[in-house]
Amino acid sequence: MLIATIVALALGTYAFRLAGVLLRDRLALSERVRATLPVAAVALLAALAVTAALTEGGRFAGFARPAGVLVGAVLAWRRAPFVVVVLAAAGTTAALRLLHVP
Amino acid sequence: MRTAERTLLRDLAPIAAAMLAVGASFGAIARAAEIPVWAVIALSSALYAGAAQFMAVGLIAAGSPFAAVLAGLVINARHLPFGLAIGDTVGRRWPAKLVGSHLMTDEATAFALAQPDGAQRRRAFWTAGVVLFMAWNIGTVIGVLLGAAADPARFGLDAAFPAGLLALLMPALRDRTTRTVAVLGSGIAVVTTPLLPAGLPILLALVALAVLVWPRARKEQPC
Repeated sequence: MLIATIVALALGTYAFRLAGVLLRDRLALSERVRATLPVAAVALLAALAVTAALTEGGRFAGFARPAGVLVGAVLAWRRAPFVVVVLAAAGTTAALRLLHVP
Repeated sequence: MRTAERTLLRDLAPIAAAMLAVGASFGAIARAAEIPVWAVIALSSALYAGAAQFMAVGLIAAGSPFAAVLAGLVINARHLPFGLAIGDTVGRRWPAKLVGSHLMTDEATAFALAQPDGAQRRRAFWTAGVVLFMAWNIGTVIGVLLGAAADPARFGLDAAFPAGLLALLMPALRDRTTRTVAVLGSGIAVVTTPLLPAGLPILLALVALAVLVWPRARKEQPC
């Protein structure tokens, strides 16, 4: 049962990944639709980042994590180096947790 | 080109380190849930999708394998539009498409999208893809071997991933239309997160693409 579960999950996920890559060549998409594809990917990734920043298991994740992500986002907007963004976000969240901020 | 490559590797380092640590935590949590070693390794190497892996371990341990498959596939459906967006970056030939598709995670996609189209984007995707795959799987093995890993939340790693993603999206988000779609989509996803199973709120963000068919209405407004 366990092996069937893992095989189904792995094959299904791989099918999603490969399908997009293969469909891109097969579908006759207009230039306009083609131009929206990166926008769609950016919207999905942004939605993923924002929900991961704010929620945990469908509920509010507490203040420490969104505060760290916000610090990182502001630094990124102000063109700080990527390493600085990531370290500042993690550092802020870790520091807030040390101070017992949920 | 040398500088571009060095910048890429430098940017990859903190994300790879975070994936190593979270991978270790996955390995340890899965072992604690009494998932056999081979299955833990198989999840990280063959499924290779962090959120779905954690969810699968929880549901398998709770005795709901069917729910694990269903929930995992809903969470991972977003990879199809990723492939549509960066399919030509992954590769033109079959071996590249078959291998590259497996390496196409959120982070690898974001690293690719942060680069201008063409050779630079292809190099970013493949470098990120290979490095992050190794980090995640080595991390998993470390977690399995140690049986326990430091809680990634203590080091704020749960904030590192969203912040890193946003930083990678920043060049694209400087475009006003893209930003509008992303902000609206994120709002839809956050508001629906308490109501829908994991994964669906992210997909609902695509509804925000509707903004693109109203460009005339937006142009009439003064900036």
